[in-house]
Amino acid sequence: MKILVCISNVPDTTTKIKFAEGNTSIDTTGIQWVINPWDELSLTRALELKDDATSGVKSVTVIHVGPAASEPTIRKALAIGADDAIRVDAISSDAWFVAAQIAEVVKKEQFDVIMCGIESSDYNGSIVGGMISEFLGIPSVSAVSSLKFENGQPLMVREIDGGKEIVTVPVPFVAVVQKGIAKEPRIAAMRGIMMARSKPVKLVEPVAIDPLTEVVEFEKPTPRAACKFVDADNPSQLLDLLQNEAKVI
Amino acid sequence: MSVLVFTENWDGKFKKLSFELVSYASGVGKMLNLSVTAVSIGKVDEGELMKLGNYGANKIISVNNEKLAVLDNQAYANVISEISKKENASVIIISNNNTGKAIAPRLSVHLRAGVGSGVSKLPLSLNPFTVYKRTYSGNAFAHLVIKSDVKILTLAQNSFDVVETPGNATIENLNPEVDGTLLKTVVKDIHKQSGKILLTDADIVVSGGRGMKSPDNWPPLVELATLLGAATACSRPVSDEGWRPHEEHTGQTGKIIAPNLYIAVGISGATQHLAGISSSKFIVAINNDKDAPIFEAAQYGIVGDAMKVLPKLVEAVKEIRK
Repeated sequence: MKILVCISNVPDTTTKIKFAEGNTSIDTTGIQWVINPWDELSLTRALELKDDATSGVKSVTVIHVGPAASEPTIRKALAIGADDAIRVDAISSDAWFVAAQIAEVVKKEQFDVIMCGIESSDYNGSIVGGMISEFLGIPSVSAVSSLKFENGQPLMVREIDGGKEIVTVPVPFVAVVQKGIAKEPRIAAMRGIMMARSKPVKLVEPVAIDPLTEVVEFEKPTPRAACKFVDADNPSQLLDLLQNEAKVI
Repeated sequence: MSVLVFTENWDGKFKKLSFELVSYASGVGKMLNLSVTAVSIGKVDEGELMKLGNYGANKIISVNNEKLAVLDNQAYANVISEISKKENASVIIISNNNTGKAIAPRLSVHLRAGVGSGVSKLPLSLNPFTVYKRTYSGNAFAHLVIKSDVKILTLAQNSFDVVETPGNATIENLNPEVDGTLLKTVVKDIHKQSGKILLTDADIVVSGGRGMKSPDNWPPLVELATLLGAATACSRPVSDEGWRPHEEHTGQTGKIIAPNLYIAVGISGATQHLAGISSSKFIVAINNDKDAPIFEAAQYGIVGDAMKVLPKLVEAVKEIRK
């Protein structure tokens, strides 16, 4: 069984976001780029499955759609333990474009499981995984918080409003994974970092696809009013404010 | 042409989320001068379906087919896609909850429709069609232009006012052909939370962080939540430690919520936590460190030890509830 893990390259989640070019783009000065947190958990789970001889998982490949500048993120994934990587050499313009590129690659190279994080921490789109599955006409399971294999059959926990379902689908399929899929992201060890240098990164030329969406402007969230402090010994004053000023209780 | 809205049901019932979606669809419909068609899949009785008419749905298509008893993303997207074509839908509105996230992208490929996900306002303009959406986990908002003929919008929960619009809706029952070979998802078991207010549905949320010091200290927090009719939540370290179930984790990688009131107890307010709660209408912070970043996000604050403040707050709520 072969797993493909889709990874996105995002600003470190503690970054203070600043805009550039008249608020039409993000100021990338000084930004530290990392693997999208959900993708990092997804990769960790894929590697855990590969480590478990009973799972039937033989290899873990990562794929990224992005320019050469995002190579360090790919190398990091290889250092964590992915066997090899594919980079579609293009600027990822929107979810439609990215999903179409990944689907094209999967059509040529067989994978049994395609894992995607449920969203990226930059565009918060939650759409790429589902789009890939529909481009390929294969099943998808979304909001997956656990994935394992029993006798070659995938068993997943899918989070639904107010509960969970244990579901299975035939391979190949797309698993859109969320928190819970792995406990802690795996960290690259020195040996992994050394080995990553010689692992193959296959470059793929993009197919011609027109994006369907475009961000034309960014804005900051509306600043909140300064905090009103209430004496710790007098919480009824807080309730008074919540009742009569905010009118929320 | 029409605006189509997919309204999920829970054991045959709609909830606030459904009416919020229809209200939003009605708002979009008014901007475009188009009627609103709601699509419901599964067994929902007529009285319940008619409720959608109170929020602006002009037509309700009730899809009943036993093969659709289980959410199969592919099959659901097929059915909604067929209805969208028949109704000549130019805008399709779906929740940004887990079901919506499962269906919207598949539908997008069917219809070659661009997706604006997690929108929290009516479209900013119609030409070009521009929506307002959360990006960078709430640290920025984007104006996103959707260029395709058909547009799909997924609405962030609790972001739009539920508005009653008196009107008469018609119900159309539909039993579409469902290709059995496409049904790939098999549900082996279901675990449902019962009797608890769902975190994502709650108007008020009381949440505990590491400042609670021990899982044994939760009873007054739970009591406060019960008194306020609130759901309980927690920060990431608390769920990682196993003090509380991971379903309660709110934050960037946990649940993203937008209640009317969020009470953060013993939570310092790391960026990743704020990413999950920053859309709350009001935030109250109780923390013993007056410099904690949570106070920058909060409108009301108490500087003090959570263990001392909580019991007093519980007593004060009991007093006003008398």
